[in-house]
Amino acid sequence: MDRTRSSPERPGYIENPSGIPLQRLYTPLDIAHEDYLMQIGYPGEYPYTRGVYPTMYRGRLWTMRMFSGFGTPDDTNARIKYLLKQGETGLSIAFDMPTLYGFDADHERAEGEVGKCGVSVSSLSDMEILFDGIPLDEVSTSMTINAPASVITCMYLAVAEKHALSPSVLRGTVQTDILKEYAAQKEWVYPPEAHLRIIRDMMVYSTKHLPQWNYVSVSGYHIREAGSSALQELSFTLADGFAYLDLGLEAGLKVDDFAPRLSFFFNCGMDFFEEIAKFRAARRIWSKVVKEKYRAKNPKSMLLRFHTQTSGVSLTWQQPLNNIVRTAIEALAAVLGGTQSLHTNAYDEAWALPTKEAAVVALRTQQIIAEETGVVDVIDPLGGSYYLEWLTDEMEKRTYEYLAKIEEIGGILQALKTGYIQKEIADTAYKYQRQMEHGHKLVIGVNAQVMNEPSPISTLRIDENARLKQIERLRQVKKSRDSKKVELALDELLQSFRNPDSNCIYPMLKAVKAYATLGEIVEIGRQVFGEWNEPSLL
Amino acid sequence: MRAAPERRIRVLVAKPGLDGHDRGALVLCRALRDAGMEVIYAGLLASPVHVARMAVDEDVDVVALSLLNGAHMTAFAKVANELKERGAADILLVGGGIIPEDDKLRLERFGISGNFGPGTPLRTIIDHIQQRVRKERWK
Repeated sequence: MDRTRSSPERPGYIENPSGIPLQRLYTPLDIAHEDYLMQIGYPGEYPYTRGVYPTMYRGRLWTMRMFSGFGTPDDTNARIKYLLKQGETGLSIAFDMPTLYGFDADHERAEGEVGKCGVSVSSLSDMEILFDGIPLDEVSTSMTINAPASVITCMYLAVAEKHALSPSVLRGTVQTDILKEYAAQKEWVYPPEAHLRIIRDMMVYSTKHLPQWNYVSVSGYHIREAGSSALQELSFTLADGFAYLDLGLEAGLKVDDFAPRLSFFFNCGMDFFEEIAKFRAARRIWSKVVKEKYRAKNPKSMLLRFHTQTSGVSLTWQQPLNNIVRTAIEALAAVLGGTQSLHTNAYDEAWALPTKEAAVVALRTQQIIAEETGVVDVIDPLGGSYYLEWLTDEMEKRTYEYLAKIEEIGGILQALKTGYIQKEIADTAYKYQRQMEHGHKLVIGVNAQVMNEPSPISTLRIDENARLKQIERLRQVKKSRDSKKVELALDELLQSFRNPDSNCIYPMLKAVKAYATLGEIVEIGRQVFGEWNEPSLL
Repeated sequence: MRAAPERRIRVLVAKPGLDGHDRGALVLCRALRDAGMEVIYAGLLASPVHVARMAVDEDVDVVALSLLNGAHMTAFAKVANELKERGAADILLVGGGIIPEDDKLRLERFGISGNFGPGTPLRTIIDHIQQRVRKERWK
């Protein structure tokens, strides 16, 4: 120890990316204050630091879930079937920008955007094609959509009905987390109160009819991609999670009846130990607060189950093959952090949506970790590391400080409306960029080991005809549907939107089944709720 | 027009599409401001028409366009056309985002320069804007 103290070091960081000062070395003294059973404990037992299940990957591996979607529903259906054949074990659907903002493919704002960042869905007809030939009772499906999440959920239910499946057998997750939209991803339609009211209705509906459905995936991923630190990601995501608990309670649900169906979605970046500590701290904080503050009795309410996606922003446009290495390291951290499902990014994603070849390398990365490294053989193999346990405590402590600050501002909704959260994220993004510019932070290929070479990869190009194809299908749908039925259903939905005491999911489902389009349904809400304008962030 | 040395460059930063990826745009706003420019941010979901109108109303020297959603060819070109129709083709257009090489050449034909990809140093963007403004607007 004396020699460690007195020896010179190479210059560099003494802080981790979340701004936590780091010592040279950690020893038993740094975690001497810890009570093992109270703070760490056993997997599958409170406070779940070591994992939510008693056997973790010895019982069952994580779900390998590759986020995919582009072009028309036919294009994406073919990609999903290909990935299932390659050993993917769960679906994850990416929608295009018009769909995410609730515009049909034929809307003026959709020009140039159809099928570009995901699959285009304007009506039930598109969802029928998207899931054609896929056994919805055997796979679990994750759908990344937020502002129009309720409409897409209704479409999924309608497709399942056409496959003669009971809603109770459907397993999956719809992202729905509108709070992080205002914070980071910025795909909203209405002001927050309106979206929260619709989410409330979906919570109530799902609690009654969809016992295996995760209707909100509380997401830190986008907060992080927008520039936050791991600590901010953890703090803001948990604050959002608690806000959804409050929403369910306000709707008259009992915490143990709905909390078990909330799930989480985190990012995993390059600082290996910080990420693992973040996942462990997340589980511990959630279980403690849900037990102590929300008085949950059912252990399932206290489990923070989460999906992980490796970091998109850590991938570089320069020297793209290096991204395979980055993704592998991040995926390993997610597994060591005890994730329930995982998406690994493809190496070409700083350039475009992934080609089939790049998506397979990403999937193989997970399979190599699962089958070849041995890290799945022992539960939480890094538990007890002096550094990791200390860092887990530190992340926990600093998260409580952030949560208290948000509380002081008046809660998460207020913190979003005043732009506090958004500015915190943008400030961290700017700080990171300046560290890069000054060479305090090095990224290989970008500001270190730079090579000026033409790109060695080819990328996916989206068929420019996707929009025309989608507009034509939409025209067919509108021609063949019973327009009287659509009109009645939309009117019923309008009445329900106007009456906050009603549950809008029932009339919405009716409208979807009558082939009312996504754009038509979202527009009805716009008439009642108006649109959202972001506070100034400069 | 003569450039008084104390004159500051006015820039409108805009994302003319359905694209919430505002990390780059917000970082750029802060960097341009720190470099002494006057910065206006158009906010999210501004249509190309709205962006062009704002550029004229605010009498800016430059519009800095950012999109990461693949819609740059359609949206950037629309902004250029809208400016032309308003008789404001002298406002400079600079682009950035996820822009493939082939598209860069096509965008330059619309007068949209730079078209900076991920990892571009802020200094490069600042220099580019300053040089173009001095050469084309303050000549």
